[in-house]
Amino acid sequence: MTNPAFNVLWLQSGGCGGCSMSLLCADTTDFHGHLRDAGIHLLWHPSLSLESGHELIGLLEQIVSGQVRLDALCIEGSLLRGPHGSGRFHVLAGTGIPMIHWVRQLAAQARHVVAVGSCAAWGGVTAGGSNPTDACGLQYEDDRPGGLLGSEFRSASGLPVINIAGCPTHPGWVIDSLMALASETLGDADLDTLGRPRFYADQLVHHGCTRNEYYEYKASAEKPSDLGCMMEHRGCKGTQVHADCNTRLWNGEGSCTRGGYACIACTEPGFQEPGHPFHETPKFAGIPIGLPTDMPKAWFVALASLSKSATPRRVKLNAVADHLVVAPLARKTRLK
Amino acid sequence: MTRLLVGPFNRVEGDLEVTLDIDDGRVTSARVNAPMYRGFEQILQGKNPHDALVYVPRICGICSVSQSVACARALASLGGIAPPPNGQHVTNVMLATENLADHLTHFYLFFMPDFTRPVYARQPWHAEALRRFAPQTGEQTRAAIAARQRWFTLLGTLAGKWPHTQSVEAGGSTRPVEAAERIRLLAKVREFRSFLERELFAAPLELITGLDSEQALWDWHAQDPWRGDFRLFLSMVQSAGLASLGSGPGRYLSYGAYPQPGGGFEFGSGVWLASTGSLMPLDVSGIREDATHAWLSDAAGPRHPVEGITLPDIDKPDAYTWNKAPRLAGQVIETGAIARQLAAAHPLVLDAVRRHGGTVFTRVLARVLELARVVPMMENWLRQLQPNAPYCVPSPAFTEGVGVGLSEAARGSLGHWVVASRGRIANYQIVAPTTWNFSPRDKAGTAGALEQALEGALVQPGEATPVSVQHIVRSFDPCMVCTVH
Repeated sequence: MTNPAFNVLWLQSGGCGGCSMSLLCADTTDFHGHLRDAGIHLLWHPSLSLESGHELIGLLEQIVSGQVRLDALCIEGSLLRGPHGSGRFHVLAGTGIPMIHWVRQLAAQARHVVAVGSCAAWGGVTAGGSNPTDACGLQYEDDRPGGLLGSEFRSASGLPVINIAGCPTHPGWVIDSLMALASETLGDADLDTLGRPRFYADQLVHHGCTRNEYYEYKASAEKPSDLGCMMEHRGCKGTQVHADCNTRLWNGEGSCTRGGYACIACTEPGFQEPGHPFHETPKFAGIPIGLPTDMPKAWFVALASLSKSATPRRVKLNAVADHLVVAPLARKTRLK
Repeated sequence: MTRLLVGPFNRVEGDLEVTLDIDDGRVTSARVNAPMYRGFEQILQGKNPHDALVYVPRICGICSVSQSVACARALASLGGIAPPPNGQHVTNVMLATENLADHLTHFYLFFMPDFTRPVYARQPWHAEALRRFAPQTGEQTRAAIAARQRWFTLLGTLAGKWPHTQSVEAGGSTRPVEAAERIRLLAKVREFRSFLERELFAAPLELITGLDSEQALWDWHAQDPWRGDFRLFLSMVQSAGLASLGSGPGRYLSYGAYPQPGGGFEFGSGVWLASTGSLMPLDVSGIREDATHAWLSDAAGPRHPVEGITLPDIDKPDAYTWNKAPRLAGQVIETGAIARQLAAAHPLVLDAVRRHGGTVFTRVLARVLELARVVPMMENWLRQLQPNAPYCVPSPAFTEGVGVGLSEAARGSLGHWVVASRGRIANYQIVAPTTWNFSPRDKAGTAGALEQALEGALVQPGEATPVSVQHIVRSFDPCMVCTVH
């Protein structure tokens, strides 16, 4: 006898739908077959289900009343508490009830609650600027515990909200998380201190960056489309940001740094308000403020000045060009 | 008269609610509500103008490149710069990749599943519809998701990731393409072409783009009415009456799509009028956004986006949506692939719209036709890339002035207006395609495009979410998160 399917309900609130669109880019030749093989049953998803209108409302009511088992409640988008705590910035269509009320009721029934993307995890871009809608995450408001459900919230499984952060989130992070939950192999120890699955959050974006040689020599990009390292001038935070973007690639072979633009720390709480223009590196006395967190600053400065003085001409010139202007020499090295 | 509240709609992007007044089995009046507000125009206030390139793609997860391109053009116009030819071509390839992915997603994942509903059980094609388009299990649905996934690998290379790339800059693209990469990109476009020619059309793309009248279309259909998914759709058009369902306002707006380095567009701009059957020149100074029926302040009256104000006013009487009502020279407008193909004077769309107007059939027809028309253009743009020439020029500081960025997203005309002062964004206003199509009533009480299209729709006894209403709504391929941003 096979196990009963792992029931997933996916709802969207104050976001852009991009995490759903990203999900469909999962690296598989048969998206739905992949989920089914893992025992995952989509009760309803906004882009993928037939049921509309009253059919969905009926399902939500059955979940709230406990008639339909909910194994994972996936929420995409931030929770809009405004205006004045009423939640009226998003009233779920056809119901007259603010979405935050639906989410609270559904979360109370769910075995697991999953925040899909940085909006649902921390508030994200929707909480940017003046945060006009009083947006927050399910269990965080930027890096402050709380959010819609409160810091003490635990779902029926005993886990806190699982924060699959990213803007958008990587489809692999979502699929792997759901598969681990469905097979009951994701526990407290598998989440980092911010509730993110450690299988991707214990990596840094810097790992696997193809601009590594430029980083080693502090040969820096100065303008968009330059090939050099983007840490010194272009605002790149890849050495400090938790995610495996440069080893688990995006859309086949991409990442932000491979695409020629800076890592803006989209998996981290509060990334939407860095306090400086995204494409500029804030500096003090000419030295970037945001240095790798586990490296003493004095050593970084000393190594950087040494490596700058040792930069090969090839690396120095290519760093500020949009294509290779000096290729590595082809000569016999007598390597043994 | 009875009143029916319909929502939430799925297989549209974002949340949507429609209130229908029904008399004698027909919709007599409709009100369209976009029930979620995030406030991007407020969030952008006071930011460094260049930062808009990080925020605006996040308005929308289904057309983030479109938002990026409109923003980049607004900044380019503000800063007085233009991308080099490589930057222009690559931007067009990125935008086209997203637009065509949206058309594919709309057809297979959003629109066709409605024909698997039990209401169509007596139709001769119903079993075939179930086999091909049943959500989550349909053979063609699953094949289309796989094709889409492969298609987006183009943006893995060119954009770093999708959605929410930051490779689109005011001065071009941050991702230069090497000679060998260009060959691989062309191979991926050919792979997608092959999916379309095998599964969607069961015919060469050039045969589809060469159909020059509705009669030619039906003659081709009659040769093998169920062969390929597009011809099965055409069979449904005939038996489900889709050619007369959902008539829009008869005025179609296109800002012009895929600008070329030497000037001009692949698909031209203009306003096509059904009343005269002709294309009028575009004058964007005539755009006004009326907020009478939105939960937004309208104290200052209808405003051009450069002077636009977006401030919530949630207890306003008579308001029923977060969407403003944009008008062009005071008139309701429809936008989308149908408007682009009318402005581009494609003979098949011109002929079909002259016969039927903007309806469920002609909207889907124009969208599917674009899949066939744009793929060969992409092959051409990729061939024109010069591997060692620049892809991007640096941006200036964007300190003072006004910038306008007009683009064509999959769903239609997208405009961004930015005002910079002392290096900060003083105002940023966005008018998205579904803002036009799903507009509420204006001050004069004139209904928006979808509201008009729903009038007269058939509601069968016992239907709580009428299938005709679902066809009409989805025929616009709405994006609610863009609408209210």
